Parts: sequence; structure tokens; C-alpha cells
Amino acid sequence: MKQDMSASIHKALKNQNLAGILDRWNYPATRAKAFEGIDFEALRTKIADIKGEAAGHLDELAETFKKNAEANGIKVFRANSAEAARQYIADLCKEKGVKKIVKSKSMATEEIHLNHFLDEFGIQSDETDLGEWICQLAHQTPSHMVMPALHLTKEEISDLFEEETKQPLDNDIQKLVKVARKAIREKFFEADMGISGANIAIAETGSIVICTNEGNARLVTTLPKVHVALVGLEKLVPHYTDAAPILAALPRNATSQLLTSYASFISAPTLNDDGSMKEVHIVLMDNNRTKMAQDPKFKEALQCIRCAACLNVCPVYRLVTGHVFGDIYTGGIGTILTAWFNELKSAEDIQALCIGCDKCKDICAAKIDIPGLILEIRHRAAEKEGLPFIYKTALEVINNRRVFHGMLRAASVLQKPFVKEGFIRHLPMFLSGLSEYRSLPSVAPVPFRDLFKTIKQPKCDEKAVFYAGCALDFVYPDAGVAIVKILNKAGIEVLFPEEQSCCGIPHWGSGSFDMAADAAERNILPLLEGDPKYIVVSCASCTTALKKEWAKILKEQHRETLIPKANEVSSRTYMFTELVDKLIKEKRLTPKEGIELHTLTYHDSCHAKRHVGIYKEPRAALSAAGYEIKEMNECDTCCGMGGSYTIKQPEISMQMLKRKLENIEATGAEFVSAECPGCLIQLRGGLDKTGSKIKAIHPAELMVDKFK
Amino acid sequence: MFENFKARAEASGNTEVKRFATTKEALGFIEEFLAKEEVKDEPGSYAVWAKSPILSQFDNKAMAEKFPGLHFEVTKELAKGAKVGITQLKWGLAETGSMAQDSTDIEQRLASALAWIHVAILPTSKIIADIPALMTKMHPKNDKYITLITGASKTADIERVLAIGVHGPERLVIVCVDDLELEGVQS
Ligand code: SF4
Repeated sequence: MKQDMSASIHKALKNQNLAGILDRWNYPATRAKAFEGIDFEALRTKIADIKGEAAGHLDELAETFKKNAEANGIKVFRANSAEAARQYIADLCKEKGVKKIVKSKSMATEEIHLNHFLDEFGIQSDETDLGEWICQLAHQTPSHMVMPALHLTKEEISDLFEEETKQPLDNDIQKLVKVARKAIREKFFEADMGISGANIAIAETGSIVICTNEGNARLVTTLPKVHVALVGLEKLVPHYTDAAPILAALPRNATSQLLTSYASFISAPTLNDDGSMKEVHIVLMDNNRTKMAQDPKFKEALQCIRCAACLNVCPVYRLVTGHVFGDIYTGGIGTILTAWFNELKSAEDIQALCIGCDKCKDICAAKIDIPGLILEIRHRAAEKEGLPFIYKTALEVINNRRVFHGMLRAASVLQKPFVKEGFIRHLPMFLSGLSEYRSLPSVAPVPFRDLFKTIKQPKCDEKAVFYAGCALDFVYPDAGVAIVKILNKAGIEVLFPEEQSCCGIPHWGSGSFDMAADAAERNILPLLEGDPKYIVVSCASCTTALKKEWAKILKEQHRETLIPKANEVSSRTYMFTELVDKLIKEKRLTPKEGIELHTLTYHDSCHAKRHVGIYKEPRAALSAAGYEIKEMNECDTCCGMGGSYTIKQPEISMQMLKRKLENIEATGAEFVSAECPGCLIQLRGGLDKTGSKIKAIHPAELMVDKFK
Repeated sequence: MFENFKARAEASGNTEVKRFATTKEALGFIEEFLAKEEVKDEPGSYAVWAKSPILSQFDNKAMAEKFPGLHFEVTKELAKGAKVGITQLKWGLAETGSMAQDSTDIEQRLASALAWIHVAILPTSKIIADIPALMTKMHPKNDKYITLITGASKTADIERVLAIGVHGPERLVIVCVDDLELEGVQS
């Protein structure tokens, strides 16, 4: 990562204004209320269908739109590039003698830096959306797609307004808004041209739909005699009725409103108040959108309706906010759009911010796999430029079982001088960033693979293969032992194939898809040996690999022959608590009676909750085993571990951890549990560092003596 | 339908919904309202009433005489300084508490977008379910500029604090009238 990126992250983490504002919002609750009585899944599937289909026919839709809008009297210009769009508007200004322009919020005009371009011709463009106007006065780019000036405090805004209006002002928000109303109002009347964007462009009727809460778009399209709308091709939908689902989802997801205050459908020029006819121009802009639509993977991103819900829930965006995480189009989706509409280079830097927790994917109104597409950017960059040497070497080592495991064994000896009570508290200087908020775990003296051989198991007909994953094997072997004991109680004998090695998630996450496929290949056959009924995994990330990613990556890498076996593995794979829950329900595991009740809060690992959808089962199993669950705030928000993220983005990772720890602490529970050794490393280390009484512990260890 | 509409509309911010059985009662309310808001013929204090079917139901001239600040023509300049803007809306949407305006005629937009208070007259019988239902009634072919209005003009652009009346009305008063019918349109 570039030096200036680290510096801007550092600065952003110090300035927590926007982050604080998003926190106080309580978005999840207000959003849930707005969606009451609505089947969100059905709604977004509809949007994804409509827009996905449209993305496949951009050229056709653009032609239909042009034909129909022109029949209504609108002039339509198809601009292939940003330059063409800018030039058309500049020429029109010249032709009409335009000196002053008022604008309604439009990210497309930001995308092509229109204001700056027109400025060179002596044309003044004033933003009228309050947030955009503030950004304009501050000479800054937006930091949030829906609320562009959220990074500025009311004090800073008051200063900007004072400078603009040349009058002393106080910091009262209501008053500041009135000041803006007064200052901007004159501009509407003086302007020769109004420029807007559009939220939707309807091919069938040649209409554009514009949503605002402030009402400025209505004024921009009403008061000046010329109206120009700059519309990205991806805003096209075929039918009038297609606008309905978008209007249902957009405001609800964006600001938890049922509808924006104003939503206008403009389909033809209308009369001005002096009886003259307004001139309406629509610039349909491509700027790489057609090319994006032809990309089998990135086509999906054109479904975006710009509700910014993905930003509101992104734990990274909430910490570092816009400007670090994108400027015009911000956050995860912004990274993707920037890569195509603006420049790939800057997107390659920003992509590293995504931790892959999938929170955005869950909430996306257009069902876009944002983290998947970011991974694809990473993958393409890795293919083109290769991974940094050290990182590549590390991944190769992990993929070589003998070398990797040998190193881990050596570490268990070498770390001794640094270890105290199972933690490495003081690290050599160069690693100090990592242990500032979190003690690091030590490698266990005896790995699970060695302990396993010493466990005496009863002979049972039913067999389960245990896939331990590296961290459980070498850091938390006791959890592995507990798992064997519990399964034995249910009459299941556990097998442990020695050849098992890393599941490939680290490779997958870094964009090295070929190495991830290698990892899958190495594991699949050994896991099926002995024809086990179950393959038990007790790490959320590994579970994802076995259940979903192996088959996918083999297909992706054109290694078809192993896919049927990968599917076989997938169908037999259970996350440990998922299996325990099932065994309890089948009465093969019976919780003991009269055991002392303990309280526990459960942290949902991103992979478990959102990749494989397991979150009810661990809670059910743990409750049955006698734990009272006290839910924490944001139980399914990432703890900041994210595999190598903690090493690559230590500052962000640690801030996420800090927040998680506060949420855990607030429950007052005795334990926090998570079925992911990675999360446990992070949580246990953090709790140790803060001197907390709460223990982070694997569910298997919590349940080991709780069954008859 | 009406109850839902009212609840949702009133939840959308600085919006009041009144209901009257007859046009006569509704007009009585509007008169009272103009008096209470001290509408007079001074900049920032007058009212504009955009072309509306309801205007044919009473003696406009007499009303204008009673309120010297009440105008039945709407120009840019007049709308700019208006305290109250009165328009008649075509449809109400129960699901979101919105109203649909045929704003092809610029007067409708000027009166409802620039005044401080927007008084919106809506036939109670024209409250329908939602946008899909509206789409079977209003079509871009006939209505060149359709606006859905939900609550007052608002912003949360400064520190996400809600502020009302940033460019448009800071108050929306919806007057539902039971016996008001539009020309031959079925609800
Ligand atoms: S990616 Fe999805 S959630 Fe994010 S802005 Fe686009 S539609 Fe909304």
C-alpha cells in the first residue's frame, strides 16, 4: 500500500466526525421500520432482474429512449466519452449565451468534472443541493453518495457560509439551512440553464425520474429556460412500470424514508411561465459503461441504484469514510465504479480497504456482490502485476504443508522468550502496530494433529472427518480435542487425515485464485477417504471454503475434473455447532440437567453469518448446553480480523476491534464465543490487552462437559 | 385508505392532513387558514392559487377581494415571494402518504415548490394504494411532468440533522375533500 494512503487512513481515524454521525443515526433500526411489510428479498430480486437485463441491452435501450424522448420534443445526445459529454454541454452554453448554471445533485457531472470544465469558459455553475453546495464552497469532493458533506462539522460549514455571505453566523443547523435557502434561491432565478442528473431513465416513455428531498431539482428543471440532464447509460430501464420497484427501494435503503419528498417524472419540454417553450436536453453518457456491461463479472455493478446503503453498513467506510474510501463514488461500490468510470489506478489502491465481511452484499438494493467484485479487481491486479514478493512467498509457504507446519512448530519454540500466559505481549518493534490493542496468540506447544493421536476414541459405525484448519490445529488444539469428545458422545468416531492443509481462503482473499485452487486440490481427496458421513469444520472461513468456495474456484480456474468431488465434500460439510444443533435435535446429544447457568455473548463471524448463513444453530446449541445468551450490539459486525487484513491495515483493524470490544463489554456476559479461530485470536487478544474479565472461547470448549 | 394515507403523510415531516365532507367546508377552512396566516398584499405575505378544478366551485373574485393578498395567477416572481401556495393534486398514495401532481403546467410547480406553506387540495376519493396503482392512472404520454410530493422540503445534509424547508415549503397542509370529484376520473 502506498505511503499517502496510510497517512490518509491515519488522519481519517483521528477525525471521527462522519463516523460519529453515522453511528448516532441508528440506521439498521430506522431502515427496518421503513421496510415494514415489504419483502425486501423479492423487491431487490426484481430490481436486479430489471437492471441486469437492461445492462445487457444498453445500446438498444439508449436508442429506444432517444427515439421516444425526441418524439416528445427532448433533444437527446449520446456521449461516448466524458469529453464528448463535456463538450456538448459547453457548446450548448455557448450557443445559448449561458453564463450562469444551477445544478441539482448529479454524480455523473462530478464524474466528468463538469464544473471545473465550464469554469474555464467563464461559466459559473452553482450546486443547489445543500450538501453539494457545501462541498463546492469547501472545494472538496463528496464523501458520501447520498449525503455528500457529511464529513464537515456544522462549525466548519458555518465558517464556509460566513465567508460566502459575508455576515457573521452562529452554528445552529436550522439557521444555517435557512441561510443557504436564501443564498441559493436567487441563483435559481438568475440562471440561464439548469443541470440535473437522473435516478432512472425510462426507454419506453423517454422520461427521466429525479428524486430529491430538498426540492431543488424541481426548481432547476423549472426556473431556467434550458434544462440539461446528464444521465449515465446504466440509469436506463425498459418500461415505465420498472420505476416502481426502484422508487420503493431507493429512499427506504438510502435514508429510511418511504419516498423522497419529491420524485419527478419529466417526459417532455413544458411551457415556461412567459409562454415560451423550455428546451430540454438529455445527454446519455457511456464513459466505459458499455464496456463494463460486456464484462461478465462487472456487468453486475451497473445494477446499482446509488442508495449508499452499502456505505452505511460498511465497518471500514464508517471508520475512514469517504475521501479515503473513494471520492465521487464512495465505499466498496465506489471502488468498483471508479475503476471503470475514472481510473483503475486509484481503485487498485482503495480496493485494499475492503475486509470482505459481506455486510454490504446483504443490504444492497440491487443484489450486487460488491466484495466479490472487489476481489475480482484484486485478482486482476495480481494477475497483471503479481503480488508483492513477501506476500507471495508467504502464501506459497502456507500452501506447502510440510514447510508451513514445520515453521509453526519452530515458532512454538522460538516464541518462548516473548510468551507469557499464552500471549505474546511484547513484540519486536516492527510488529508493534499489531500488538498495540491486542495481545498476539502464541503457537501451541503441541498441535492438534499430534494431540489427536493420543485421544482414545470408542469404535463407532458412524464416522466424521475433522477438518481442523491451520489456526485451530496450531493455536487452539484444545478446542479440537473438545470437538472429538463431543462427537464421540453422540456415537460418532472422528478421523483426522494428516494430509489436510490450509483451505486456501488466504490465497482466495488476496486474489491468487490459482493458489486457492491448488489448496482445494490438495484437500479434497484426503477428506473423502474412509467415506465419512460428516465432514466437520470448526472455523467459519474454512467452512465457507469447503461448503462453497472450492467448487467455485475449481470451476473458475477450469479444473473441472475435481468438481464432483468438491460437491461431495460440500454436501457432507457441517460447521461444528451446526452439527451439534442437529445432533441435539435428533436426541443423540442430551444436555446434562441442573448445570450452573453461565452468560455468554455470541460474535457472528462474517463467513459464518453471511457466506454460509449459520447463526441460529450455534445459538441454539449453546443455549441447549446451558448458556444464557446476552446479545451484543452489532453482533454480526466484523471484529477486524479479516485474515491478513489485520496485518495489511492494522490501524483500521484495531479500531474495528476496539468497537467490538466495547459492544462485548456492554453485555456484562462472562464469555464471548465465536466459531472462528481468527475471530477468537482477535477477541481474546483484545480482551487480554484491555484487562477484561470476559473470556473469549470456542463453542466446543464451552460445551465439552455439558452433555450426558 | 384515508387513515393510512393520513398516518403516513403526517409521519413524513411537517405535514398536517385535514378532512372535510364538503367542498364548502373545505373552502371555509382555507379562508380561515389564510386569515390565520395573515395573508396580505405584501412581499413574503401573499398567497398564490394555481389553476385547479376546485376554483370553478366558488366565486374567485369575491374571495380575492376578501384577501387582497390572494392571487389566482402564478408567475415566477409572484411565486418567489409567496407565503402560501395552493394547488389541487390528482392522486393520493396510501402506502407512502404521497400525492401525485400533474405538474405539466408550470403554475403547479411554482406554487407548490416556492411558497413557504403548500396547501394541497386532494379529493378523498382519489386516494389509491401505491405507485404501481398510480401508474395505471397517470402516464407520461398524457402528463409530461409528474411529481410525487411526500411531506415538506427537507434536508439532512448538515451532520445528518433533519432541517425542514431548505428550498421548498417548510409546511404541507393537505386538505382532503370528500365530495370533490375530478372530471369523470374513476378512482
Ligand atoms: S451497491 Fe447496492 S447498496 Fe450500494 S449504492 Fe448501489 S444499490 Fe445501493
